[in-house]
Amino acid sequence: MTAYDVEPGDSVHPGDPVTVDRYTGWARVNHWITATCLVLLALSGLALFSPALFFLTDLFGGGQVTRAIHPWLGVILFFSFAGLFIRFWRANLWKAEDGTWLARLNAVLTAHEERLPEVGKYNAGQKAVFWLMSILIIILISSGLVMWDQYFYGYTSIEQKRIAVLVHSMAAVAIICVWIVHVYAAIWVRGTVRAMTLGSVTGGWAWRHHRKWLRELVGGKTS
Amino acid sequence: MAFEFELPNPNTVNPTTTLSDADLVRRSASSVPEPAKKLTPVAKLIDVSKCIGCKACQSACLEWNDKRQDVGVFAGSYDNPADLTPDMFTLMRFTEWVNPETQNLEWLIRKDGCMHCEDPGCLKACPAPGAIVQYSNGIVDFVHENCIGCGYCIRGCPFNIPRISQVDHKAYKCTLCSDRVAVGQGPACAKACPTHAITFGTKAEMQQHAADRIKDLKSRGFQNAGLYDPPGVGGTHVMYVLHHADKPEIYANLPSKPRISSIVEWWKGPTRYLGLAAMGVFAAIGFFHHLVEGPNKVSREDEESAKRLAGGRSAQS
Repeated sequence: MTAYDVEPGDSVHPGDPVTVDRYTGWARVNHWITATCLVLLALSGLALFSPALFFLTDLFGGGQVTRAIHPWLGVILFFSFAGLFIRFWRANLWKAEDGTWLARLNAVLTAHEERLPEVGKYNAGQKAVFWLMSILIIILISSGLVMWDQYFYGYTSIEQKRIAVLVHSMAAVAIICVWIVHVYAAIWVRGTVRAMTLGSVTGGWAWRHHRKWLRELVGGKTS
Repeated sequence: MAFEFELPNPNTVNPTTTLSDADLVRRSASSVPEPAKKLTPVAKLIDVSKCIGCKACQSACLEWNDKRQDVGVFAGSYDNPADLTPDMFTLMRFTEWVNPETQNLEWLIRKDGCMHCEDPGCLKACPAPGAIVQYSNGIVDFVHENCIGCGYCIRGCPFNIPRISQVDHKAYKCTLCSDRVAVGQGPACAKACPTHAITFGTKAEMQQHAADRIKDLKSRGFQNAGLYDPPGVGGTHVMYVLHHADKPEIYANLPSKPRISSIVEWWKGPTRYLGLAAMGVFAAIGFFHHLVEGPNKVSREDEESAKRLAGGRSAQS
């Protein structure tokens, strides 16, 4: 029996430096399929969102192809993200220390980790990204199906299609902003990206940012 | 005496075209220079009170545009096909209406199709540069080579007119026979109409003709006869003379106060500008945060602490 936030495959390897396995190969494959779809969806979606960005349709082979491919990318992303959701939802459950962490956002942004509570595998920021992505993807796939005239035109009224396109564009703006936070955090907090490329982080990284998780892994017991 | 608005036969000697890109006043998802000279606004006037429901306009439309409508099924009314299609740009819509004042059954027949709005919702919703254009004479036209088949024009239109073809995935609607008008002719439907219920000319001529018709209708007891040229969309270049202009909705749901949906205005307006701004702000905050704060690096001490914690213990999962 492990702690709520210790995921299958997480383990500590003594050495210099200590390394900590954070993501399995399949988790990383799952993540990068989702990431690729999200980037392609953002590019093709923005092309149809603003005339100033219509040139992005050239990346996909023209406007007709962009229009046709965007919803299919959305379907792939939906199922791919569902895989991530099943993997990660437990470790992203909200805990008491998350409130404290979030309340001291100033310390977070100024890199004063010593003023923050010890957190598990994910901090409150990562949990917020996870749940916002989950909710926004459900909104996007639902409104997207209403907009997918090629197959579903007859199932909704024009007024419902108008609402769907407004909701879809607002949710898309929101998810792109969440994505910017996600990518920026991974870049700013050095040593993070290797978790999704190599699958492991250094012990020092885990000590600095996810000490509770590291202690649980070392202790190997329920916290 | 010949009918005042009889359409001329085509000039077959050196026909010159009067509609070109230089006459555009609006172009979807892009801008056009102010035209050097503006063409006289044109209009098609459909006098519902003179329509006999013969569907010659539909036949002429199919023939001129070289479209074929599949043989359909009986859907309970004289409407044939049952709705506008990517091939059927105009449709006679039949309504059996009992006038509550006279208890008379009135057979209302309205020729449906693109209204060629002065403020075209389809064009404003369109994301593809140049897929929808508006000429200075008022004609709103779809340019199919630029159409991407997204169906946004359907959301923009207050009259439920554009239809997307499942064959080539492009949007279709009445062109007001822009190709015929360009060489000095009138729309095919107006040419074919046997009762002059459909007439075509300058918008001023058509408003004058409508005024004469309305006067005549009022003299025959249709006190609410009037012109349908809805101001909510800036007026239209297809207008109706209605014998019950106070109740346009009885004519197969002709909207009484059409305008571009506020949802569409929100989507194309604030959502777009604020949305792009929000993305820019998030990216800029990240950039400046990194500039000011520098990277959040793992220190030597962090690694040492981790070693002390994990030291000597064997790997476990």
